[in-house]
This record gives sequence, C-alpha cells and structure tokens, in this order.
Amino acid sequence: MSLTIAVPRGALFEGSLDLLDSLGLDTAEVRDNDRKLLFEEAGIVTMRPSDVPTYVEHGSADIGIVGKDVLLEQSQRNVYELLDLGFGHCRMVVAAPEGGDPIASALRRLGRVRIATKYPRIAAQHFADTGRQAEIVEVKGSVELAPLTGLVDGIVDLTATGTTLAENGLRELEEISTCTARLIANPVAHKLKADEIDALVGKVRSR
Amino acid sequence: MTHRIPPGTRDVLPDEMRELRAISSRLRAVFEDAGYGEVHTPALEYEEVLRRGEEHAAGARYRTFDEQGDVLALRSDMTIPIARVVATRYADAEPPLRFCYFAHAWRAVERGVGEPREFLQGGLELIGSPAPEGEAEVLALTIAALEEAGLRRHRVGVGDGALYRGLLRDVGVDEEQHMPLLECLSRRDLVGLDMLVSRLPGLGEQERSLLVRLPELRGGIEVLDRADGLELGGLRELHELLAERGVADRVIFDLGLVRELGYYTGAVFEVYDPAVGFALGGGGRYDDLLGRFGRPLPACGVGLDVQRVHLAQAAEEALG
Repeated sequence: MSLTIAVPRGALFEGSLDLLDSLGLDTAEVRDNDRKLLFEEAGIVTMRPSDVPTYVEHGSADIGIVGKDVLLEQSQRNVYELLDLGFGHCRMVVAAPEGGDPIASALRRLGRVRIATKYPRIAAQHFADTGRQAEIVEVKGSVELAPLTGLVDGIVDLTATGTTLAENGLRELEEISTCTARLIANPVAHKLKADEIDALVGKVRSR
Repeated sequence: MTHRIPPGTRDVLPDEMRELRAISSRLRAVFEDAGYGEVHTPALEYEEVLRRGEEHAAGARYRTFDEQGDVLALRSDMTIPIARVVATRYADAEPPLRFCYFAHAWRAVERGVGEPREFLQGGLELIGSPAPEGEAEVLALTIAALEEAGLRRHRVGVGDGALYRGLLRDVGVDEEQHMPLLECLSRRDLVGLDMLVSRLPGLGEQERSLLVRLPELRGGIEVLDRADGLELGGLRELHELLAERGVADRVIFDLGLVRELGYYTGAVFEVYDPAVGFALGGGGRYDDLLGRFGRPLPACGVGLDVQRVHLAQAAEEALG
C-alpha cells in the first residue's frame, strides 16, 4: 500500500515539493506540469491550499501538507495533525490604516468594529475571545483594499514579511497566531496505513 | 415544487432502502443467532433518565416539553435506553443479558460538514460479562456480522479509554492540565500535544516522550511491547481471546484511541474499512452505567452506522 499525498499549490508549493524530494519522492513531473493535478505514479495530488483538509478528511488523500492558517479556519475538519513541518512561516495579524487607531475608535464610538478577512472564523473567534464586537466581512480577493476604500475599519490577514501591508499603508496592531506548514492525516489511513505513515513521519523528523 | 428538510436528515427511496434493509437483515441475523434478541425503545425519553446515564445528557440535543411540563429528549444512542430497560424490566434476570437493536438516534450537527442529525444505528449490548471475555465476544460478533453484510476488508481499532488519563495521573501531571491535553489527544492534534507536554513542569525525558508518542502506538499486538511501563495486561488477554476466536488479525491496537462519550470505563472500539475515510461505528466497555440505573453490572457494546456500512460496502464493490 502506498500513500496518496495532497500538496497545496500556492505559497507552500515549492517548500512542499522540496520536502518530498528530501524524502526520496520524485517530484520532477509535478514541477514540470502547471496544469496537471493528479500524479498517480508519485502518489501526489495538487490542489488549492484550502481544499487540502477536505480531501484528507474524506480519505481521497491519505496525508496532506497544509498551512496552520487553513487548519485554524477549518477547525471542524476531522483530520489528524501529525507534524509541524517548520517551513512556510507566517503570522495571522490584525491590521488597520496607519495614523490613529481606527479599530479602537470604531469600538468606542460605534460599539463595534468592521473587519474584512479571508478567514472569517479565525477573525470572529479572535474578536469574541478579546471581548470586542465585530462585524466580519468576508472577501475573496485582496483584503488590503477593504480598509482603504472605507468598506471596513481593519483587516485580519496572513503576513509573511509585512511588505504588502506596508505598501498599502496598513499597520499591524495585534498578532493572533503564528502559522507554519503542517502534515495532516486521514484518521482511518492513520490506523490502516500506520507503517507507511510512520516511515514518512520518521524520515521528516530525522531530516 | 420542492420543500426543504432539516440539514443532516434525508429521505430514503426504494432502491437505497432495499439495500439498507438487506444490510440490517444480515447484521440482525448474525446477532440473533448469537443470542442477542432485538429490542426497541421509545425515540423520546425523559431527559432526567438520559441524564442519569450521562451527565448533562450531553449527547441528546433535541428537547421538548410534554403536556405535564416534563422535559423529553430524543435519544442520542441506544446504550442508555437499554441500560434503563435492563434495570426496569430485567431487574432480577440472571446475567449475562444480550440485546441487539436497529433504531434511529439523533445528534447535534456541530461541524456543519454533512454530518447526519438523524442516523440509523445497528448494534449490540452484552450486559453482565466482564473484561476481557465480553469485549472478545462483542468484537468477534461485530467482525462476523460485517462480513455477512458484504464487507471483506473491515478492521476494528481497540484502545483503552482510561489509559491516557491514568498515565497523566501516574506521571503526576496537574489535574488542571488534563483537559487541554485530552482534547488535543481526542483531535489527534499531535503538534499541539507536543507543545503542551513540553510546557509541563517537572517531567523526565522518558515521561515526556511517552506522553507525546502514545498516540502513535497503533498496529498489531507488537505495539503493546513498544509502550514500556504501561499496564496493558487487559489488552494482552483480549488479544489471546480474539486469537482463539480467529479474528485477532482484524484488530488494530490503538493506544491513543479515545471516544467522545463520557460513560466508557475501559476498552474502546472503532470500526474501519480501508475503502472509506471515516469510522463505521464504535463502542466500548461501560462498567458504571448500569449501576447508575440501580443494577450494577459490567457491560460493553458496539453501535454501527448502517448507512456508513452501506457506503463502505458500495466503495469496496467499486474497488473490486
């Protein structure tokens, strides 16, 4: 029995393939094919990062590589989180336009703050945990745009270097959590393919 | 014109119904042949009765009032109602008592990802038979019944629901820390578990490693040897009995296995099929439950989600 691995196409793509190379898998075909999604010989399926937990939960992939940000946002998924892979380091932050504190000011005068994000669960949870009333506005595209046009007072987003925030005149106010790439497994595969999964986890640990 | 039904519920039409019926009949035939008579109990119970079985009646989420103002709740499994039946209707019967059931149960949809709110459960309860003989009988019968229902590759995971809690106590982890650690374990958030354990004060390297590595210990009987310093005699005896019944190769020992329900006191089970990514059912030993209803007897049982067994059977068929 061999393992099927879900690999995210996105910021973690290169790091994931480098990791798989170092474990002795041949990822050359994956690197050479932008459009192809399923690589049966290598046991790799590539997909949008936020789809990785879906495929692994269902068992269509036995294991997967995914950012902690996606796992936090999809905390309802029944997948096992086996390892912190240590790459893809970034942070989930609250940010707002520079100059003054628009979030505090909205809370003081209007009793609530409007926040744009691609991570509605994480954002709602963070403001609930800190005892502040927030209206969460889910956007799919560039979140940085939302406060600049007056749609919201601030944003919750993932940042690696802070460059995009700064370029758009936004300032980090709070850190919600740090995120790295994680190795996840389907609960049934974790038991029925224990030897294969343990061998892979062992190789990652001893890198 | 279409009319909606609540999320997590479904209509079953004749083609599917025939297949579900066939699976139930085959499971039932195996259970009945082994002396497990079928029982049926009301879908609605007094909430206070369910609470007796499980604190806060945490499983039962749908409540209503009757014309007297009493609180009624839809059952969330058949184990508690059968414990009530044993105490009330079999107060003087000589144990062991054997029952099977095929009945709907209701649970809250918490994760919002297509979980069923209403599901058909088929299972068995063996009351008055202590560990490990009870477990061996129940597991062997479950494996045989699924075989009869058309599955060929199913396996059963067996763990000890009290193991990790006991380990935490033995190495002297503060009671307050138990809950977050057990939550990480039940979600198998091994990264989170590792982090929490590394922050615990006053533990030796070996103890830390045991706390972190325990959930990785799963497989054949040999995993019990890899858990140095743990009291696993019960699981070893169970393995011997399962070997005598010829089903030991279908069983996976899984030392990190925990089940959500609060009433389990010993062994816990989960049923798998490699063709599908979810458990088909589960169960375990609940030696305190009958006592709470006034008839203290050791007991264990298994419940299978009949629709999931059907999905597994169809998936096995598709794989050929």
